Amino acid sequence: MPFNWDLVWSSFGPIVTGAITGTIPLTLASFAFGLALALLVALMRLSRNPVASGAARFYVSVIRGTPLLVQLFVIFYGLPSLGVKLDPWPSAIIAFSLNVGGYAAEVIRAAILSVPKGQWEAGHTIGMSRAQALRRIILPQAARVSVPPLSNTFISLVKDTSLASLILVTELFRNAQQIAAFSQEFMALYLEAALVYWVICLALSTGQSALEKRLDRYVAH
Amino acid sequence: MSPTSQPARAGAPQPKPVLSVRNLAKAFGSNVVLRDIDLDVRRGNVVALIGPSGSGKTTVLRSLNGLETPDAGTVTFADTATGTDLALDFSAKVAKKDISDLRDRSAMVFQHYNLFPHMTVLQNVIEGPVQVQKRKRAEAVAEAEKLLARVGLADKRDAYPFELSGGQQQRVGIVRALALKPQLLLFDEPTSALDPELVGEVLGVIQELAEEGWTMVIVTHELAFARQVADEVIFMDGGVVVERGPAAEVLRAPRQDRTRQFVRRLLHEF
Repeated sequence: MPFNWDLVWSSFGPIVTGAITGTIPLTLASFAFGLALALLVALMRLSRNPVASGAARFYVSVIRGTPLLVQLFVIFYGLPSLGVKLDPWPSAIIAFSLNVGGYAAEVIRAAILSVPKGQWEAGHTIGMSRAQALRRIILPQAARVSVPPLSNTFISLVKDTSLASLILVTELFRNAQQIAAFSQEFMALYLEAALVYWVICLALSTGQSALEKRLDRYVAH
Repeated sequence: MSPTSQPARAGAPQPKPVLSVRNLAKAFGSNVVLRDIDLDVRRGNVVALIGPSGSGKTTVLRSLNGLETPDAGTVTFADTATGTDLALDFSAKVAKKDISDLRDRSAMVFQHYNLFPHMTVLQNVIEGPVQVQKRKRAEAVAEAEKLLARVGLADKRDAYPFELSGGQQQRVGIVRALALKPQLLLFDEPTSALDPELVGEVLGVIQELAEEGWTMVIVTHELAFARQVADEVIFMDGGVVVERGPAAEVLRAPRQDRTRQFVRRLLHEF
């Protein structure tokens, strides 16, 4: 292919910088907030309080039933008409966190339900409260079950952050886009961007395997 | 390992039982699970609950640990330390605090062990003492090691439950209960999930505890074992107590037809 190789090499710099200063921190922050939110939502859905479980169900339904791009646009372009004007970064983090929260909540809920009832009972019988049993007994076991599906969510998130380029966040894909528009080397630049996303996701998959192995140490093989 | 402040089993029963259950009842719709269950357990005594599957014996046991909530009836724990009894009346809503107090006084050994799979044997045993009872870790570890040695599992302290046989897991289950220093030990069919050749090692441990004077309620299908260790045997069927009395009487010469049939059927299995 007639690539402009000089441009290809020189554009790696801005693209990798975009990954390091944009894509990766955006992913990490959104995943961290999203997971915390997901745990809360999962516990609300599992609670006997109908208001809490209803609210959680509604939230998950809205998040899963609307496109991420639309959620992003509602927060960045829509909210200002209600007088809430957010910068690109906070808008992106809020949108991605809310999105992860909705998907991961279902994963965590299922993982909690997968722990046998006898584990709750054993916790109670040694005197634990519900919260204590959840923290010490149930969640550590649920964590093991939820690593593969949560890794999926995590890896999807890395790629989804490219949507933030549409609300002016300077990240990997936006840098590639700008160089492509300027140089007209679309194929080369977009393949470069794809390659960098792929490398990040490969690294995450390796991390997932290591984590699974660690969490599997107490399970019969 | 012998329980503190528990006198060895005396010939003459003490006037006041450590645990009294009165008129325990539970139903799911028209399906009666328990009706009018009375139960007294004196300090140092062993009570065996026997009966066919679905007779309600496990539900009675689980009610004593707050894992099951009866519709009516009372559970009273005599408190020798403070002199104030803990009384739960299930016909009204029972306070969480009372359920938790009830659990502080007893410990349960489950049919399927229910060890915590993500913790080593030692961690399983010290979890209650350290996390719930807030005892010093070093002290809890020392006690746990002593108890594990007692049941022949000293070398398994760092193993995970999946690395143990069923009999070993159940012995850890018993040690986990003992580590809480309860006033009452509850056993829910402790050998029913075990391969036949492993039953003996678990029953052996329970028998030693009985000889040491622990107060216990045991749901079991092992009639020969019940005859050996139990002071009182209660035969339940269809959610009611059909017959009760000294182990030798109920198991050797049952008065009720239903008891006779049950005992004969179970003994003929062998």
